[in-house]
This record gives sequence, structure tokens and C-alpha cells, in this order.
Amino acid sequence: MQRFDELDKASMRDDIPDFRAGDTVKVHVKVVEGNRSRVQVFQGVVIRRHGGGVGETFTVRKISFGVGVERTFPLHTPIVEKIEVVTRGDVRRAKLYYLRGLRGKKAKIKEKRETPAN
Amino acid sequence: MTSMTQNSATRTMKGLLGEKLGMTQVWDADNRLVPVTVIKAGPCVVTQVRTEGTDGYSAVQIGFGAIDPRKVTQPLSGHFEKAGVTPRRHLVELRTADAGDYEAGQELTAEVFEPGQRIDATGTTKGKGFAGVMKRHGFHGVSASHGAHRNHRKPGSIGGCATPGRVFKGMRMAGRMGGVRQTTQNLTIHAVDAEKGLLLVKGAVPGPRGGIVLLRTAAKGA
Repeated sequence: MQRFDELDKASMRDDIPDFRAGDTVKVHVKVVEGNRSRVQVFQGVVIRRHGGGVGETFTVRKISFGVGVERTFPLHTPIVEKIEVVTRGDVRRAKLYYLRGLRGKKAKIKEKRETPAN
Repeated sequence: MTSMTQNSATRTMKGLLGEKLGMTQVWDADNRLVPVTVIKAGPCVVTQVRTEGTDGYSAVQIGFGAIDPRKVTQPLSGHFEKAGVTPRRHLVELRTADAGDYEAGQELTAEVFEPGQRIDATGTTKGKGFAGVMKRHGFHGVSASHGAHRNHRKPGSIGGCATPGRVFKGMRMAGRMGGVRQTTQNLTIHAVDAEKGLLLVKGAVPGPRGGIVLLRTAAKGA
């Protein structure tokens, strides 16, 4: 990360909001169909952030028609138009793989209560 | 000082010496992450042009890298003086048919290559020291269990018994690994940064960071 800071800067995005595992995010993905492209929104809970630098990725999990769907995005990929943080989650782990075994109410993540600035 | 000769005399080759800076990843036009080796290529200078008439073959000798002029031997400093350039640390010869188009003292930069071009990269591999057969030759070793006793990374049998009564020459065994000249063929140039003199080559290139690499037009393929 020190050697190619300048070179990597060109490949990295600076418009990524601050988010971590447990947060609910909306990922706006550019989808190219033939010669037209549209934006698809993938909303779910971030269950991990993995790696660092240009190759950093994050995984979003959602339940779609009763089936769990996980999608891993490179953090700096140009196909993501924007990432929106919907809610901040209150979790005690960096990787939330335990959500895969839970359903319904148990799979719900508490919303983080913002501590008042002092 | 290294002096290397190349074959393929009838083709026009382009070449550069450079320093391997390391690897990173960049996004390509199709939004895929591409692993690239960053090479600080050039500036190189032409130190000598060899022609059919005087040398019996046509080639270009190029020099790269700074060196303290006091460290250069008299014969070599005379050689550099003749080309009208300051002494360089590394010298290589490139066999090329269009050697006549070059002239001594001419400077070559990363712009010699263009994105999308295929090249061969030559370097000295990292030394691995005395390595066993599994690492050195990719042998499978011996079973981890099933009664194997202190016998997990060994080569097994190395030949017959009374016939032939000897071990064949060239039998692959443990020994010094790495630290040898190696060429990786058909790498693609991903991007050229003429301003900084950087070449981004798709894939890995032999040698450690800071190692000297010779980049040439690919010998194979169109």
C-alpha cells in the first residue's frame, strides 16, 4: 500500500461512504443489457468487508422471496454507481456469518444508537 | 556489467531495460480488476550499433542505470565515450533487423512500447536456496498417513537396481533453486505512463522488486 499509492489512487474511488459490517446499504449497480445500461439496486446487510487497497471487497446479504442471496462487490469497482447507507447496525463482530443460520426475527440487527457528541 | 545476446536476427525487435517496482491491480475497460507488474522502463541509451558489415550481424546495444563513473573500467569508459553517453550499469544487446535505424547516443523511453502489445520479459528469478524435490520440481511427495514414516517430502525411487546399476544423468533431485535467468513469454502491455516512464505489464515478471528486467517484443505469436 505504500509503494504504489499514487498509481493506486487512480484505481480507487474516493466517494465511498463510511460503512461496516452490520450496516444496511443500498448498492446501485450498473447493469449492461446489450447496448443499454440501467441501474439496479441491491439492498441488504453488509456481512463482511474483506481485504484492503484496490482489491477490497464487501458482501451484502438479503432475503429475496425467502431465499438468502449474497453478493460480493469489489469496493472500488466502477460498475457500482453509488453506495447508500440506510441504517447503521449495532453488532459485535466484523464478520456476520452467523446470520446465514438465522431467519426471521433472530436475523434482525439492532440499529445503532448514535451517542451524543460531547 | 551484464552482456546478453539474443537470437532471431531476421526480425525487428524492440527492447528496453527496466527495474521491476512490484505488482498491483488496476481496472480495465471492461471493469475487471487486472493484476499488473509495474516496471520503471528506461531511459535507455543506444551505446553501440552492430551491423552486418563490421560485426557479421545486426544488433543494438543498449545501456541502462546510473553508475559512478569512477567505478567503470577504462576499456568500458572508452566504449561509452565513443557512443557519447555517460556510463551505464547494465548493457544488453538486441538482435534486430532494423539496427541501422538506430544511432549511438539515442535515448529510448517507455514509449517504445504501446498498450496491447505482446512482450517477453526476462529477469533473474528469486533465489530459493537449497530446495527439496517438492518445491523444486513439483513432486507429489509421499503420503501424509497410511504408515508413511519420516518420509513425507522425499522423492521416492530414483532408479532401478543392478540394471542399470547407476542413476541416470539429469535425474531431478533436491538442490539450488532460483537465481537463474528466466523469460516469461507473451505478456500484454496494459498501459504506458510515458511521463513517469512506467510500464504496466499484465501478469507476473521474474525477479524480485528492484530487479533488472529486459522487455522485448514477443518472440512468438503474431
